[in-house]
Amino acid sequence: MPSATDNNIHINFKLIDKNKRAYLDVDSSIPATGITAIFGHSGSGKTSLLRCIAGLEKADQGKLFINGECWQDDSLFLATHKRPIGYVFQEASLFPHLSAQKNLAYATKRADNFVSPEFYNRVIEVMGVEDILTRYPNQLSGGERQRIAIARALLIQPRLLLMDEPLAALDHERKQEILPYLERLHESFDIPILYVSHSMDEVARLADHILVLDQGKIIAEGELTEVFSRIDLPQRLEQESGVILHGKVKEKDEQWQLMRIAFAQGEIWLPDSGEILEQEVRIRILAKDVSLALNNHDDMSIVNRIEVKVAEIKSDADNAMALIRLTMGKDYLVAKLTKKSTHHLQLKVGMSIWAQIKSVAIVR
Amino acid sequence: MMLSEADISAIWLTLKLASTVTILLLIIGTPIAWWLARTRSWLKGPIAAIVALPLVLPPTVLGFYLLIAMGPNGAIGEFTQSIGLGTLPFTFWGLVVASIIYSMPFVIQPLQNAMEAIGQRPLEVAATLRAGPIDRFFTIVLPLAKPGFITASILGFAHTVGEFGVILMIGGNIPDETRVVSVQVYDHVESLEYAQAHSLSALLVIFSFIVLLALYWSQRKNSSASIGVMK
Repeated sequence: MPSATDNNIHINFKLIDKNKRAYLDVDSSIPATGITAIFGHSGSGKTSLLRCIAGLEKADQGKLFINGECWQDDSLFLATHKRPIGYVFQEASLFPHLSAQKNLAYATKRADNFVSPEFYNRVIEVMGVEDILTRYPNQLSGGERQRIAIARALLIQPRLLLMDEPLAALDHERKQEILPYLERLHESFDIPILYVSHSMDEVARLADHILVLDQGKIIAEGELTEVFSRIDLPQRLEQESGVILHGKVKEKDEQWQLMRIAFAQGEIWLPDSGEILEQEVRIRILAKDVSLALNNHDDMSIVNRIEVKVAEIKSDADNAMALIRLTMGKDYLVAKLTKKSTHHLQLKVGMSIWAQIKSVAIVR
Repeated sequence: MMLSEADISAIWLTLKLASTVTILLLIIGTPIAWWLARTRSWLKGPIAAIVALPLVLPPTVLGFYLLIAMGPNGAIGEFTQSIGLGTLPFTFWGLVVASIIYSMPFVIQPLQNAMEAIGQRPLEVAATLRAGPIDRFFTIVLPLAKPGFITASILGFAHTVGEFGVILMIGGNIPDETRVVSVQVYDHVESLEYAQAHSLSALLVIFSFIVLLALYWSQRKNSSASIGVMK
C-alpha cells in the first residue's frame, strides 16, 4: 500500500469492452516528478488511461494514488472536478463564448489556491500570451489557442498536469512554435506532467520518464534513456529505434565549426549549432546510424568512434536485420546491422568493439 | 384599424397567456431538454415521443383528454380540487396548463438540439477546471445554448398565440378569461363582422411575419458567429 510520503503516482486501471475483453489493463508506479511520456500508437489505450486518471472515464476496476493520497479505489471515486489536476486536450478546448482572458479567469476563480498576481503574470509570461488576451477563441490561431489552454490548466494550480497529445492537432510549424513553451513550462513550474504522445520526436525532446503502451498493456517503462535503448520491444515500435543521451558541450573547434559533447563515458564531435560551453544537451542517435567495427580504423570518413561493449543481440527470424545493444559506461547505444554482418563480425555478448556514429540529432 | 374594446381585451389576454406559458415552459422545458440531450436511458425514446405528441395530434383530441383530466373526476382535477383551486377548465390557468402541453415540443426541441450541439468536450473541460455539475450548467450549458433559448422562446410564444382548437375545447369563450385573439376572430366571423375579423386577422398576420423574421435573423446571426462550436 502506498504511504503518505510516497512520491509516486500509482495507477491501476482495467477497462473492459462489450465482449468482456480488457482494452486497457495497466498497473504501474510513475515518479511524481518531471515529465512522464505515455507513448504508444493510436488505439494503444493511452488517451483512455489519461481519461481514467482524470476521472473522465470510470474504469471497471481502478485504483489511483497520488503521493500516497487516494483518488480512486474500490469504494472511492473522486469526480473529475474534485481531482487536483490540470488537463490539456488534444484539440484546443477554449470556451467559445469567453475571451482568452475570461477563459483564464474561469480557472483562476476556481483554482485550488488563491492565484497571486505574481503567479498569474508568470504563467502569462512563460506561455507568451499577454498580447492575445482580449481576443476570442475564433480569432486565435491553433497554436495560440493551445497556449491559452495550457496557461488555463496551469492557473488551476494542479498537483498533476495531464496533457493529451497537445500538439497533435497542429501542423509542423505550429508544433515547433509550441515546443519551446512546453520546455519552459517544464523548467519554470514544478508540476509532474503526464504527456500522452505518439510522436517519438516530442517524447525524445520533452520526457524524463516513459511508459510505453501497446494494445492496452504496458510493455516498457522507466527512464527515457533506458527504455529507448531496449531492443526487446515489439517490432512495430522499432522503426525509429534509437537512444537518447544526455551530454555536455565541452569544447568548440572554431576552425572546423565543430563542438565536442561529452557523456559519462565517451564523447562525440558534432557540427556546432550555437550551444554554449557547459550547456547540457539531449541528443538522439538512431540505431540505423550506428555501425560496428572490430578495430579503431582512422582511415575513414566517420569521425565519431567510441569503444563499447556488446550487451545484447536480438535477431528475429523473420527479418534480415539485427539490433545490438551496446554499453558505453552507464549509457547505451543501439546499432542496427544485417544479420549477415553480425555473423561476419562474430559478435558475442561481452565483446569490446568500436561503434561508428554516422549521424546525431540534438533534440534539446 | 377598428379594434373594439373586446378585441383589445382579447389581445391583452393572448399576450398574457403566451408570456406566462413561455416563461413556465422555459422553466419546465430546460431540465427536460437537458435530460433528453444527455441521457442514455431507454426512457429517452418514449419521453421524446410524448413531448412530440402535440405536433401530430389534432388539437381537439388533446383538448378532449385534457378536459377529462382537468375535470372534477380527472387526475389533474382531483389534485387541483384537493389543494382548493377548484377545477381548471374554462379558466385562464386551465388554458395555461393546456397551452404548456400543446406548445411543449416547440420549446423543448430547439433547447435539446442546442444542448446536444454543445457536445461532451466543453463540459469535460469545465470539470477539469473544478466546475461541479451545477456550475457547469450555468456557466457553460446556458451560455452555449443561448441561440436555442432564443429560438425556443420565440417559437413557444408564437405557437401559443396561434393556438385555437385546444383553447376552444378547454377554455370556451369567456371574455377576459379565455377569449383569446384566435377565438375572437372566430366569433367575429360567426357573427358576420368581417371588418373586425379583418383587423384582428391582419394584426396576427403581421405579428407572425415579424416573429418569423426575428427568428430567421437571430439564427443567421448565431450561425455566422458560430456560437456553440468549440474553437
